[in-house]
Amino acid sequence: MTATATPPVTEQQTPVAGPRRKYDAERLFNRVALGVLVAFSLLWLVPLAWALATSIRPAQEVITDPTSWFTAHPTLAAYGDIFDAGKLPYWYANSFITSILTTVLTVVAGSLAAFALSQTRFRARRVAFVMLLAGIMIPGQVLMIPQFLALQEAGLLNTYWGVVLPQVPNVVAVFVFKQFFDGIPRELIDAARADGASWLRTYRQIVMPISRPVISAVTIFVFVGVWNNFLWPLLVVTDPEMMTLPVGLTSVQDVFGVPYAQLMASAVLGAIPLLAVFALFQRRIVEGIAGTGLK
Amino acid sequence: MATTTAPTKAPGRGDRWAGPGMLLPFSLFYLLFLVGPLIYTVVAGFFDTSLLKSGLGDFAGLSNYSAVLGDSEFWRTLKNTLWFTVLTTVPLVLLSLTLAILADRFVRGRWFFRFAFFAPFVLPSAVVALMFTFIYADQVGLAQQAATWVGVDTPPSWLGDPDWAMISIAAATVWWTLGFNFVLYLAGLQDIPRSVHEAAAIDGAGPWQRIRHVVVPMLGRTTTLVTVLQVVASLKVFDQIYMLTNGGPDGSTRSSLQLIYDTGFVEGRVGYASTVSLLLFVVILLVSLVWFALVRRAEKER
Repeated sequence: MTATATPPVTEQQTPVAGPRRKYDAERLFNRVALGVLVAFSLLWLVPLAWALATSIRPAQEVITDPTSWFTAHPTLAAYGDIFDAGKLPYWYANSFITSILTTVLTVVAGSLAAFALSQTRFRARRVAFVMLLAGIMIPGQVLMIPQFLALQEAGLLNTYWGVVLPQVPNVVAVFVFKQFFDGIPRELIDAARADGASWLRTYRQIVMPISRPVISAVTIFVFVGVWNNFLWPLLVVTDPEMMTLPVGLTSVQDVFGVPYAQLMASAVLGAIPLLAVFALFQRRIVEGIAGTGLK
Repeated sequence: MATTTAPTKAPGRGDRWAGPGMLLPFSLFYLLFLVGPLIYTVVAGFFDTSLLKSGLGDFAGLSNYSAVLGDSEFWRTLKNTLWFTVLTTVPLVLLSLTLAILADRFVRGRWFFRFAFFAPFVLPSAVVALMFTFIYADQVGLAQQAATWVGVDTPPSWLGDPDWAMISIAAATVWWTLGFNFVLYLAGLQDIPRSVHEAAAIDGAGPWQRIRHVVVPMLGRTTTLVTVLQVVASLKVFDQIYMLTNGGPDGSTRSSLQLIYDTGFVEGRVGYASTVSLLLFVVILLVSLVWFALVRRAEKER
C-alpha cells in the first residue's frame, strides 16, 4: 500500500515496438509533456519567488515600482519592522507548543484506540468502529459554535488547551493507525500475549516500536494541520500574546495596511517553518498522504 | 478491574476490559468534541439560543428553520459556496490529473515538479492570503500587470469586482492546494503495473492513446476519491475568503461557513447559526452520499 518504490516508466525505458514513426511520436510527446510541466511548475513558483523578492526590497522602491523583481539595495528592514510591530516570537512559540501538544495527544490516544479496534476482541468493538466511521462524515468546522461554548464554559478561552483539545479527536489518524496495525502478523501479537504480556505492554513494547513509519507520517500531517489551522485559534484566542502564527500574521496586516514589503516579509516568516518541515520530510509527507489507505 | 481474580495470567481472562479501556481516551475526546457538539447543534436549532445569555433560551420550534430557509442571504451564501466548489473542483481534478500523468513519465525531474506543485500546500492559509493580497492588488499587483503584458488594457479589479472576486479566490486556492491531489494521483499511477504500459505499447498504442484508454480509466478510483475530498473541502471554505475579501464586494464571496461565523459569533444568534450549520452539514453529507452511490452503480455496471 505504501508507495516507496518509484515507478520505472521513463523516456528511455518505455519500449516501443514498431516503425520509426512511432518512436518519433513518443519523443515528440515527451517534449511537449516536459514543456507543459516546466511551464506550470515555473508558474507555480512565481508567487513564492515574488514574495521573497519583494520582502527584501526597500519599502520606497516597492512603492515606486511595485512589480519589479530585482533590487540594487537588498535589505532586511521589512523583517525588522515585523519583529518590532508584532509579537512574532510569542506566535512562533505558541504555534510550536500547541502543535506539539495536539500531535502527542492525537498520536497516543489515536494509536491506542486503533490498537484496541485492530487487535483486541470485545463485544462492542464493531459498534465502536462504525461510530468512529460515522465521525469521518462530520465536518469539524460546522461544530465550532458548541465547541466554543463548551470551552468558554470550562474557562479555556485564551489558553493552549482551548486551542489543543478540540483538535485531538482526529478520526483519520485512527484509521491510518488501524490500517497499519491490521497488517501486523497475528503471530507476533499472540507470542507476546502467550509470554504473559498485558495488552498495554504488547502495545507499548511490541507494536509501537515497529510502527515508526506510520507514527512519523501521522505526526507530520497532524503537526502541519494544527500549525496551519486558522479558524479555530481565531475564535479561541483574542490575547495577542496567546495567538498562533497564522492568526498573529493577519493582525500584522491590520497594523501595516498597504506596505507590501512588510506584508511579504510576514508571508515569508510564516512560510519558512513549514517549508523547512517540507524540505526535511518531503518523502514522509508525500508517502503519508499517498499511503494513508485513503486510496 | 479483574486483577485480583487472576493469579496466573490466562489469556482471554481478566482482560475483557483491555479493549474498551484502550479505546477510552480517544472516545472521551470524540464524545466531548464531536458527538456532544453535534447533538447540541441539532438541539440549539430549535431554540432562540443567544451567545450573550447562558442556557438554550426560549423554545422556538421550527421558526429558525423557516427563518433560515426564507432568508435570501442563506441561499446566496449557499450559491456562492457551490460556485466556489465548482470553480475549484474542476481545475483541481483535471489539472492535477494531467500534470501527474505527465510527471510520471519523467523519473529524474519528478522531485522538482513535486516540490513546485506541493510546496504551496504546506503553507498556512494566512500566508497564502498575504501573498495574494499583493498579487491581486489594484494598480500595483502582479496579476493586473501580467494581464496588461498579455494585451488586456484595463484589467478588472480582481478582488474588487463582484464578477471576478470569487474566480480570483478560486484561482489562488487552486495554486495553493493542487499539490495534494497531484500527490494522490502520483500514488495512484504507481499502482498501475508496468506490464500494462508495455502491453499497450506493443499493441501499437501511441502515448496519447495509452493515456486515454489505459491510464485514465485505471485511475478511476483515485479520481473518485480526489473529487469527493475536494468537493467536501471546498464546501467548507472560509479562511482565504475571510482574509482576502471578508465576503465582499457586496457579499459576492460570502460563504456558508462565514454566514455561520457572522451570525453565531458576531451577532450572537446561536440558534440561527446552529440551524445554518446543520443545513450545511446535510448538504455536505448528501453530496458525498450521492456521489458514492453514483460511483458504486457505475462500478457495478462496468
